[in-house]
Amino acid sequence: MNARGGIAAATSTEALTTEQPVGRSAGWWGMVMFVATEATLFACLIGSYFYLRFQHGGPWPPDGLTAPTLARPLLMTAVLLPSSLPVVWAERGIRRGQRWRLRTGLAVTLVLGVTFLILVATEYAEKLREFTITTNAYGSLFYVITGFHGFHVLVGLTMISWLLVASLRRGTFGAHRHDRVRNAAIYWHFVDVVWAAILFTIYLSPRLS
Amino acid sequence: MVALGTGLALTGCAGGAPSALDPAGAGAARVANLWWLLFWISVAVFAEVMALLTWALVFRRKRRVRVRHGQPLRFVVVAGAGIPLVILVAVYAVGLRDLAALGDGPGPDAPTIEVTGHKWWWEVRVQGVDGATANELHIPVGEKVRVRLRTADVLHSFWVPQLMPKTDLIAGETRETWLHAERAGSYRGQCAEYCGTQHAHMAFLVVAEPRPDFDAWLARLGTPARPPQTDAQRRGQQAFLQGSCAGCHAIRGTGADGRIGPDLSDVGSRWSIGAGAVPNDGGHLGGWIANSQTVKPGNYMPPQQVGAGQLPDLIAYLQSLK
Amino acid sequence: MSTTAASTPGASREDLARLEERWAERPSLRSWFSTVDHKRIGRRYLVTAALFFVLAGLSALAMRTQLARPESRLLSPQEYNQLFTMHGTAMIFLFATPMLFGFGNFLVPLMIGSRDMAFPKLNAFGYWVFLFAGLFMWASLPFGAAPNGGWFAYVPLTEERNTPGLHMDVYTLGLLFLGIATTAASINFIVTSLKLRAPGMSLNRVPLFVWAIVATAFMVIFALPALNVDNAMLFLDRRFGTHFFDPEHGGNVLLWQHLFWIFGHPDVYIIVMPALGIVSAVLPAFTRRGVVGYALVVFAMASIAIISFGVWVHHMFATGLPPLSYGFFSAASTIITIPSGIQIFAWLATMLLGRLVLKVPLLFVIGFIVTFVLGGFTGAMFALTAFDQQVTDSYFVVAHFHYVLIGGALFPILAAVYYWLPKITGRMYHEKLGRWAFWLFFTGMHLTFFPMHLYGLFGMPRRVYTYPDEPGWGGWNLVSTAGSYLLAIGLLLVLIGVIHAVRRGRPAPPDPWGGDSLEWSTDSPPKPYNFPVLPQVHSLHPTWDDASRTSMTEGATDDRILARGRQTLVTSELDGRRERTVEMPEASLQPLLLALALLVFFTALLFAWYPVAVGAALVVASTIAVWLWPPRRPDQELGVSA
Repeated sequence: MNARGGIAAATSTEALTTEQPVGRSAGWWGMVMFVATEATLFACLIGSYFYLRFQHGGPWPPDGLTAPTLARPLLMTAVLLPSSLPVVWAERGIRRGQRWRLRTGLAVTLVLGVTFLILVATEYAEKLREFTITTNAYGSLFYVITGFHGFHVLVGLTMISWLLVASLRRGTFGAHRHDRVRNAAIYWHFVDVVWAAILFTIYLSPRLS
Repeated sequence: MVALGTGLALTGCAGGAPSALDPAGAGAARVANLWWLLFWISVAVFAEVMALLTWALVFRRKRRVRVRHGQPLRFVVVAGAGIPLVILVAVYAVGLRDLAALGDGPGPDAPTIEVTGHKWWWEVRVQGVDGATANELHIPVGEKVRVRLRTADVLHSFWVPQLMPKTDLIAGETRETWLHAERAGSYRGQCAEYCGTQHAHMAFLVVAEPRPDFDAWLARLGTPARPPQTDAQRRGQQAFLQGSCAGCHAIRGTGADGRIGPDLSDVGSRWSIGAGAVPNDGGHLGGWIANSQTVKPGNYMPPQQVGAGQLPDLIAYLQSLK
Repeated sequence: MSTTAASTPGASREDLARLEERWAERPSLRSWFSTVDHKRIGRRYLVTAALFFVLAGLSALAMRTQLARPESRLLSPQEYNQLFTMHGTAMIFLFATPMLFGFGNFLVPLMIGSRDMAFPKLNAFGYWVFLFAGLFMWASLPFGAAPNGGWFAYVPLTEERNTPGLHMDVYTLGLLFLGIATTAASINFIVTSLKLRAPGMSLNRVPLFVWAIVATAFMVIFALPALNVDNAMLFLDRRFGTHFFDPEHGGNVLLWQHLFWIFGHPDVYIIVMPALGIVSAVLPAFTRRGVVGYALVVFAMASIAIISFGVWVHHMFATGLPPLSYGFFSAASTIITIPSGIQIFAWLATMLLGRLVLKVPLLFVIGFIVTFVLGGFTGAMFALTAFDQQVTDSYFVVAHFHYVLIGGALFPILAAVYYWLPKITGRMYHEKLGRWAFWLFFTGMHLTFFPMHLYGLFGMPRRVYTYPDEPGWGGWNLVSTAGSYLLAIGLLLVLIGVIHAVRRGRPAPPDPWGGDSLEWSTDSPPKPYNFPVLPQVHSLHPTWDDASRTSMTEGATDDRILARGRQTLVTSELDGRRERTVEMPEASLQPLLLALALLVFFTALLFAWYPVAVGAALVVASTIAVWLWPPRRPDQELGVSA
C-alpha cells in the first residue's frame, strides 16, 4: 500500500486526512437516500390502508372482525422503540474507539429486536385464528403491512448481527473507521420510527372513528 | 399550419367517422368548441416559436455573426412563463366552465338507461322496463337521457364521440353520464378502456329518434319477443330452446333465460353481430353460430355443434326476432 | 485508440504510469464480468438499452403493419395485445430510462471531474440487474407468455381471474426486479453528484445535465416505491389470494390507478428531464455560448420535479372522481407546463444570441424543439378535464405522448449519440449520413404520429388490434404505417452511422466541438482514470476558462493527481470544498454474482419454486455480507482504545 509503511505511514498527515471523517461520507448519503426511498414505500402502503378503509366505508375492520387489541402491540412498542438507544450508545462508543461499548450495545439491541420478532409471531398466531391474508382486504393489509415491517426488522437484525460478528474480530472498527456502524444505525432507527407509524395505522386508527 | 387546420376542419366534417369534431349533441358540442379554441391558440404559439427558430437559423448561422453574451432573463420569463401563464389561466377558466356544463345532467324525470359492460359486449336495459337488449341503445332526440354505467367484469369506458365524452365503468361502483342528441341519427360508440382480447370489437350504436319512435322502442323492450311465424322459424326456435343456446342467451317469452351472453329478443333488428364484429346478415349469423372464434377470436361463445339441417332454421328464427 | 489529450505536463510520466497501473483493466474474460469502470458500464447501458429499443421498435412496426388496413388478420388479438404491452413497457422501462442513465453513467463522473461513481460496485450491480430484468421480460414473448394488460396494467383485467397464466406475473416481477437497478443507479447519481465533484465546483457551477440527472434521481427515489407497492400487491393478489384490488372483498380497483400514476406521471419527467439536460449540454457547443438563464433552468427543473408529484389524477379524468379534485389536478397539470416553457425559451434565447453551428446534434435539438413543443400543446389540452374526457384513450393521446416522448426523449437521445460518440468511442461519425438519418427520422416521425391526432379526434380508440372499414380511419392509418417505415429507416441509418464511426471513423480529438464541460478536457475516449490531473474548477464552463484548464496542466498539484492509489477526491456538498481523498474499489465479481442470485430469486418466484427463492435470498444476503465486510486494519489506523 504505502511506500513508507508502518506507523509513520499511518500517522502521516496524508493518512490522517484520509481517515478522519470530514463532512458527510458518501456512504452516509447513500444510506440516507436508501432510507428515504424505503420510507416512501411504507408511506405508500400506509396510504393504501387508509384509501381502502375510507373507500370501503362502514365499520372498520369490516365483515365483523374485531378491532385489534392494544396490550401486545404496546408491549412490542416498548421493546422496539428503546432498542435504538443501545445502538446510539454503541456508536458513540466506537467513535471514541471503545470496542466494548460497540459490542455490548449491539448485543442488547439484538436481544430486543429478536424479542420483538417473537412477539410478532405470537401476535400472528392469535390473529390467524380470526382471519388470514385471504379473508378480505383488511386481512391482506394487516398481514402485508406488519409482515413487511417485520421483514425490515429481520434485515435490520441481520445487519446488527453482522456488525456484531465483525466487531468481535480485531481490526475492523475504530474511532476512524465506523461508517458501517453509523449506516446500520441509521437503518435501525428508521425501522424503529416506521413501527410508530404502523402502530398508529394498524392498531390505533381503527379505534378513532 | 393554418392550411393544416382548415384541412382538419374539413375532414372532420366529412366522411362517416364518429368524429368528435362533428358533434350532434350538447356534450360533444361543448368539447368541440373548446378544441377549436385550444387549436387556434396552439397555432399562434407554435407560429411564434417557429418564427424565433427560423430567425436563429437564418440570421445566426453566418460565420461572421458575433456571439452575444447577454442574459435576457426578462425575455425568457415573459415569453416562457408570463404569457403562457395568462393564456393558461384563461383557458383553465373556459375548461372549468365546460366541465361544469358536462356535469349538468338531465332532470329527475328523464329516462334512465342502464348499461353494463361485459367482455366484450354491452348489456342495455331501461329503468322500469323488464327487458334487455345489447350493443344498441335508443334515445329521444332533443332530450337529455341519463345513462347509468356498471361493469360485470373488468374496466370499460363508454364513449360516443359525437354525443358525449368518456365515462369509465369501474368494477364495484356505479357511474353516471348522460346523452343528448339534437338531431336524429345513429351514432357509433366504442369501448375506450382496454379490456382484454377483444377490446377492438366492443362497439355499440346510439340511435337518436323522435319521441314516439323511442316510446315504441321502450314498449318493444318490455314485451315478449315476436313468436315464430313460419315452419322454419318454429323449427329454429325448437333448436334454440333444446340446444345449448338457451343456456347462455335469453329470449323474452320463451323458456330461454340465460344471462351469460346477450339477450337475443330483438337480435334480428340489431346493427351488427358481436358488438361491431361483422354485419348482421344471414351468412354472418350462420358463421357466428357455427364458430364465432373465427370471427371474434377469444370471445366467450364456444363453437356450436349445430346440424347442417338445423342451421338455416336457426338463422331464420333469429332473423325474425325484430 | 486515442490521440493524446491536450499536453499534460501536469502529471509526470511516472504518475501516469502509476495511474495506468492502478486503474487499467487488462482485457480478459474475467475483467469483462468484473469491471467497475463507469465508462464501460455506461457503454453497456447504452448498447443494452439500444437492443431493447430495437425489440420494442420492431414490435411497433408489426403493430403498424397490422393496422395499415382495416380488418387485417396479420396478427391475432392475443399477439397484438402482447406486442403493444411489451412495446410500451420496454420503451419506458427498458429503453428510455436506462438509455439516459447510460449517458449519465458515462458522463456524470467526467462532467464533475471525478474518477468514477461514488459506488462503482453498486453501479456494476445495477447494470447486471437491468440486463437480467430486461431479458427476463423479453424472454416471455417467444413463449406467448408476455405481459398483455397494457403498460399500465389496470386491474381487474390484470387479476388472475381475468388474465390467467404467467403474463402479468412476468410484468409485476420484471418491474420489481428492474426497480432495484433504477433505485441503485439513482442513489449512486445523487451521492456522486453531491460528494465527488472536483474541487471548486460549487452548486452554481454544476453542468445542467448533471442537475437534470440529479433531479431525475430524486424523482425516482420518491416515485418508484409507489409502483413497487402496486406491483407487489398485484402479485400477492394474483398468486396468494389477497384482496387489495378486489371490490367484492373490500378492495378497490382505483387504488391501482392512484398508485400507478403517482409513479407514472413523475415517470414522464423521469424520462424527459435527463433528455432536457442533454439539450442544455449540447446547445453551448453549437451556439458558442452558455445556456441563457442557468439559474432559471435549474429552478425550472426543480419545480418540475416537485410539481410532477401533484398531477397524477389527470390520467384518471374519465374515472368519475369528484369534480373538486378534477379542478385541483387540472390546475396543477396546467401549471406544470410553465417550467417547460421557461426552458424552451431559454434555449431559443441561447440560439438567438449565439452563433449556430449546424451539425447533426444541433439538427436533432431543433427537431426536439419542434416536436416537443407540439406535444406540449396537446399536453396542456389534456390538463383540461372536459377535453381530456373526450380524447383520452383515443389515438389522440397516442399521438400526444409519442410527441412528448419521441420529441422530449428520443430526439435528445439521438442528439446525444452524435454529440458524445467521439468521446465514447474515440471516433468521429459521418456527417452526411447523420443528416440523412435526421431528415428521414424527422419526416417519418411526424408522418406517423401527426395523423394520429386526427383519427383520434375522429373516434378511433387506442389499443385496438383492428378496426372496421366504415368509420373511414383506414386512409390515415395507412399514412401512419408508411411514416413508421420511414422512421425505422432513419433509425437504421443512425445505427449504420454508429457502426461506421466505430469501424471506419476518423480518430476524434479530445474536444471536437469546442464543448464547455469537463469531459471535453480529457482524452477521447478517456483513460480508465478519466483525468490525469483532477481539475480545480473556476467557472460554469471549465473547458472554456483558462484558470480551470491550466489547473490540469501547469497548475497541477500532487493532491489532485493522486497517483499513489486508486483514488479520487471527495468534496463538500454545496461549495465543492475539498474534504479528503478516498480509495476506490477494485474490480469484483460480486456485483454479477449478486445480480445472478436475484435473477434466480425472481425466476423462482415466477414459476412458484419457493424453496429455490428462499435459497437465492440467502445467497443474496451472504453476498452482500461478504461485499461489505470491513477490511482488516491495524488498531493504530482504526483508532481503538479498548
